[in-house]
Amino acid sequence: MKAVGEATPGTSPGVAEPVGRTPMFQRFTSTIRAKEHHFWRWGGGVCAIVPPVALALIVLVLAVHAWPAVKVNGWHFLTGISWKQGNAYGSVQYTHGVAHPMGSSYGALALIVGTLQSSCIAIVIALPISIGAAFALTERMPRLIAEFLRYAIEILAGVPSVLIGLWGILTLGPLLANHVYPVIANNVPDVPVLRFFKGPVGHGEGLLTSGIVLALMIVPIIASTTRTLFAQVPPLPKEGGEALGMTDWEVGRRITMPWVRSGIIGATVLGLGRALGETIAVAMISGSLLNTITPNAYGPMGTIAAAVVTQLDGALVDGTGFAVRTLAELTVVLVLVLLIVNSLARLIIRRTGFQGAPIGAPA
Amino acid sequence: MASTAFPSNRRRRVADWAFRIATLLALVAVIGPVIWVIVGIIARAVPHWQWSVLTTNTIGASGGLKNAILGTLVLLVGVLVIAGTIGTLGGIYLAELAGTRRNGKPRGGFLRSATEVLAGIPSIALGLVGYLALVVGFHWGFSLMAALIVLSVMVIPYIARGTETAIRQVPTTYRESAEALGMSTGYSLRKVVIRSALPGIVTSLLIALAISGGETAPLLYTAGWYTGTPKAQLFHQPIGYLTYPVWTFWDYPSDQAHYLAYDAALILLFLVLALLVVARIIVNRSQRYSEGRRR
Repeated sequence: MKAVGEATPGTSPGVAEPVGRTPMFQRFTSTIRAKEHHFWRWGGGVCAIVPPVALALIVLVLAVHAWPAVKVNGWHFLTGISWKQGNAYGSVQYTHGVAHPMGSSYGALALIVGTLQSSCIAIVIALPISIGAAFALTERMPRLIAEFLRYAIEILAGVPSVLIGLWGILTLGPLLANHVYPVIANNVPDVPVLRFFKGPVGHGEGLLTSGIVLALMIVPIIASTTRTLFAQVPPLPKEGGEALGMTDWEVGRRITMPWVRSGIIGATVLGLGRALGETIAVAMISGSLLNTITPNAYGPMGTIAAAVVTQLDGALVDGTGFAVRTLAELTVVLVLVLLIVNSLARLIIRRTGFQGAPIGAPA
Repeated sequence: MASTAFPSNRRRRVADWAFRIATLLALVAVIGPVIWVIVGIIARAVPHWQWSVLTTNTIGASGGLKNAILGTLVLLVGVLVIAGTIGTLGGIYLAELAGTRRNGKPRGGFLRSATEVLAGIPSIALGLVGYLALVVGFHWGFSLMAALIVLSVMVIPYIARGTETAIRQVPTTYRESAEALGMSTGYSLRKVVIRSALPGIVTSLLIALAISGGETAPLLYTAGWYTGTPKAQLFHQPIGYLTYPVWTFWDYPSDQAHYLAYDAALILLFLVLALLVVARIIVNRSQRYSEGRRR
């Protein structure tokens, strides 16, 4: 079908020419209009290819820089616990043809364990809180208040991590170390799992504080996704439950929760991905150690992401460049863990047909 | 009724009240820290606030933050240009132009999953890659361009996703009406579809700006740090930004450095909150008049 604007003056005498527009100008604009979709299609196509290309380049750059370090460090990198840059001014050693300073020895076990520990603590704290808050927001809350609180949660998701880190190290950490941790440490029974919470409480820099702050940062992700899930549960089964005389708790536990269970698992894994990759806040709060697995919940430790950001400055001193290559290897480990976690989440979400919010997006 | 299997009414009532109180406590545990963080940062910064912070450059670890504020604004404008263009066009393509497969599913699944995977790459990995490839590999040095590319790669997935969602929410009848009026495909896309989806697109852009304005890890080793007023130079010239003073100066020994860190935190907080609040207002206003989308 031909548009009215496309009727070229001269070829169809029946169409009146618009006032104030020369025929040439009109021909020009109508040609552009007819061809415009080429621009959207080609421009859009080129732009849509950017993310996959960027992803491929990121993986390529990391792999190229990490490969020599993988050859030298070997499996020891995943099982060892020492982190020595070696003597930067000493003689250069060659292993498998790769130059590295005398006495350098890298093992990231402490960092891997620290990353997993802090993220586990964060999930254990964040999950029940998020689900509870999502329940409170969807059930029996005046709509205006619920909306306002929902925006507050979105804003928390958008607060920069360096600000949360600053607050965590200056306000929250000392407060917990002075008033909360001693109470926990003195009253926890001496049984296998809980024994972890006994011992000197330190000054607020450490594993438990990092876990709590990480929990704070992933709560918005899990809570807002869970809230959306709860809002999608059809009202009829819930009303049926109420009509049978079930209390709110029973409706929640036996109807709402089973309805959205797999979606919540997906949301949790998304939050876990964010916690594993969080850098700046943890670097400020964890104490940033490289070769220590903390013996109790309060001790300083380190995570992979925090180690990369705090060590890169020092790694540049290494004239052979081996320290930087090792940091690239460390990043590869983190990215692999995250890819596994995220594809797991996507698998769960796809199976349940629920589209999760992108990680960290406040809306 | 089998009374052995059924808990007593008293126990059920107690459990119900415990549940309600627990959910409210959980809500407090979520909302409380938001207010605490905001109030805490304001309380630290305000007692020592001086307006000269806005007009003087950083000198060592004291002075003002003019360079950092201007640097952050330059970065935001750059991200808006680069990531905004690529992200929105990519999102438009995925939503509208990729077409459908023969089995009725939307095409572009590979592009979409790659975009999602990119969103899951931690920012420190992007920073390290930017340092290795752009700063060292291309010999750009700490530079505005390296920082812009890294930040853009980080937020493009959010913008593309937000744009795609916004365009998919435009009712099909709009497109059909446009076609019935004889509009060409591209013209109706620009004048009808994108115009209706504009609030959603603008919102995703604002959120992307809020994210990139608050980032530290990818900038430390790509933008570097510069205490002078930003220069109009893309390469070989480091640039200041607001997150650097917070990250670096908070544990310096001098009080001046601490105050500077708190001031930077306060300015950053207001910048990010303003972006997020404006984004929220746009969403609310556009939803008020849109059909069939309540919640």
